[in-house]
Amino acid sequence: MFKVEAIRQDFPILNRQVNGKPLVYFDNAATSQTPQQVIDVIVDYYSHYNANIHRGVHSLSQEATDKYEQARHTIQTHFNAKHPCEIIFTSGTTHGINLVANGFSALLKQGDEIIVSALEHHSNIVPWQMLCERTGANLKVIPMNDEGALVMSAFEELLSANTKLVFVNHISNALGTINPIESIIEKAHAVGAAVLIDGAQACPHIKPDVQKLDVDFYVASGHKMCGPTGVGMLYGKEEWLKKLPPYQGGGEMIAEVTFEKTTYADLPHKFEAGTPNICGGIAFGAAIDYLNAIGFDDIATYEHELLEYATEKLLDIEGLKIYGTSEEKTSVISFNLEGIHPYDVGTILDKMGIAVRTGHHCAQPIMDYFKIPGTVRASFAFYNTKEEIDALVAGVKKAKMMLS
Amino acid sequence: MKINDVSIQDIQNDIIDEFSMFDDWEERYQYMIDLGKTLPLIDEQYKTDDNIIKGCQSKVWVHAQLEDEKVVFTADSDAIITKGIIAILIRVFSNQSPSDIIAANTDFIDEIGLKEHLSPTRANGLVSMIKQLKMYAIAYQTQLN
Ligand SMILES: Cc1ncc(COP(=O)(O)O)c(C=O)c1O
Repeated sequence: MFKVEAIRQDFPILNRQVNGKPLVYFDNAATSQTPQQVIDVIVDYYSHYNANIHRGVHSLSQEATDKYEQARHTIQTHFNAKHPCEIIFTSGTTHGINLVANGFSALLKQGDEIIVSALEHHSNIVPWQMLCERTGANLKVIPMNDEGALVMSAFEELLSANTKLVFVNHISNALGTINPIESIIEKAHAVGAAVLIDGAQACPHIKPDVQKLDVDFYVASGHKMCGPTGVGMLYGKEEWLKKLPPYQGGGEMIAEVTFEKTTYADLPHKFEAGTPNICGGIAFGAAIDYLNAIGFDDIATYEHELLEYATEKLLDIEGLKIYGTSEEKTSVISFNLEGIHPYDVGTILDKMGIAVRTGHHCAQPIMDYFKIPGTVRASFAFYNTKEEIDALVAGVKKAKMMLS
Repeated sequence: MKINDVSIQDIQNDIIDEFSMFDDWEERYQYMIDLGKTLPLIDEQYKTDDNIIKGCQSKVWVHAQLEDEKVVFTADSDAIITKGIIAILIRVFSNQSPSDIIAANTDFIDEIGLKEHLSPTRANGLVSMIKQLKMYAIAYQTQLN
């Protein structure tokens, strides 16, 4: 039995009220909540060993450095990377993607092709469009179908000897679709292309094994995994990270600086210019420990139960349509009420203390595909309950009554 | 008394009075939703791309014309709650002189409990809409001088 009531005790924010009602937090795909165990680590850092890392000879700096590197090790172990130096601390998924896209500026030429999917967050579209502008490479798009799943036969047709890079998300933030990344990676590698997987939405729900996946780059954000905002990680195969030029210049990333020539530091520091989010990195490690203590198998099973329960209850509401109906999906439900704008539904739900996201979810191409301005998105985490889903269903019914 | 003789301040006070009769958010919102539903707020021919204000969440269309030295605004939105708030804003700002429109503020929105809708970060197009109303007023003011 999944002990959700005990788990909820770990999250102080779940006790608060919003607009006079108990908070029902269903915007987990945007940002997850933070357990006390992680909050304690943040408080402990600033209370006891706040110092700059890799620089000082003094004890505080050494302690902070040790804890920071320990967090890198935790992340390495979690994702099963071969070496700690393959884990680059970033400010989040967006930063990781930009770092790789910038690096490929030096590796691509006119006429090269790079492939994205129709299911992407703008973070995994725009940096690549900028890369195409810089290099003259062409961007190709894997189409999706009405269920919100990628059309794999079309992907195979896009692949050729010109394909240099493929980047898709592991799980779609707008629809919850789990993409067949194993097969995407295998097929891309068969034509010699590298693959970047945007794991922002996947990592709160599943534990990817980057060696087993044989993926070249994998990116994630701490704030979607019960960690703080402003920290994330980029995994890159060592051989790739060695090939890519640094993204930003500054302190920490150099070996030697003269005005004639600067040599760069070894991995991972080559990509970590400036003072990083030290506390954030350490807390990110603590968040991963927290999730592993609960266990990803149990999390997946419980969240699937929530998804099925909510899907069934919501579909009972007449005129409610769910977008993203792939067999393979996580605990995200994107929906609209017939003839009612998602913004209106979200506004009424907020009045009832229910936090959902409304709009295009930074995935406008998906909304264009369905010819809608946006959706209401309820995304569930392992600390949510069926009672909260009942509150959502009642809220949607009330919104429908008020708005139609 | 003609409608356009009523000052912006008086209209705002009327609206505050009306909203003070509601007991809870549901009544306030139901009233706005009904306002949004019933009023034809803009002539279809003015719902053009030129007149659109793109919020991230809802779209707003605004049209202005000068009649007897007063600015007449019409507007619309694809979201009904946004449209209800537009109806209130139009009631306040339309049919007024450019100088009065320029001088007016929207503090009354706080008092009727709808403040969150005019937050600059809400991205529903309303803050840009108010800016646009003022821009029109400034443009007509220069034209009149
Ligand atoms: C699939 C996906 N990619 C990228 C991002 C961007 O993540 P961040 O804002 O943490 O950089 C998100 C966040 O919503 C996402 O869901």
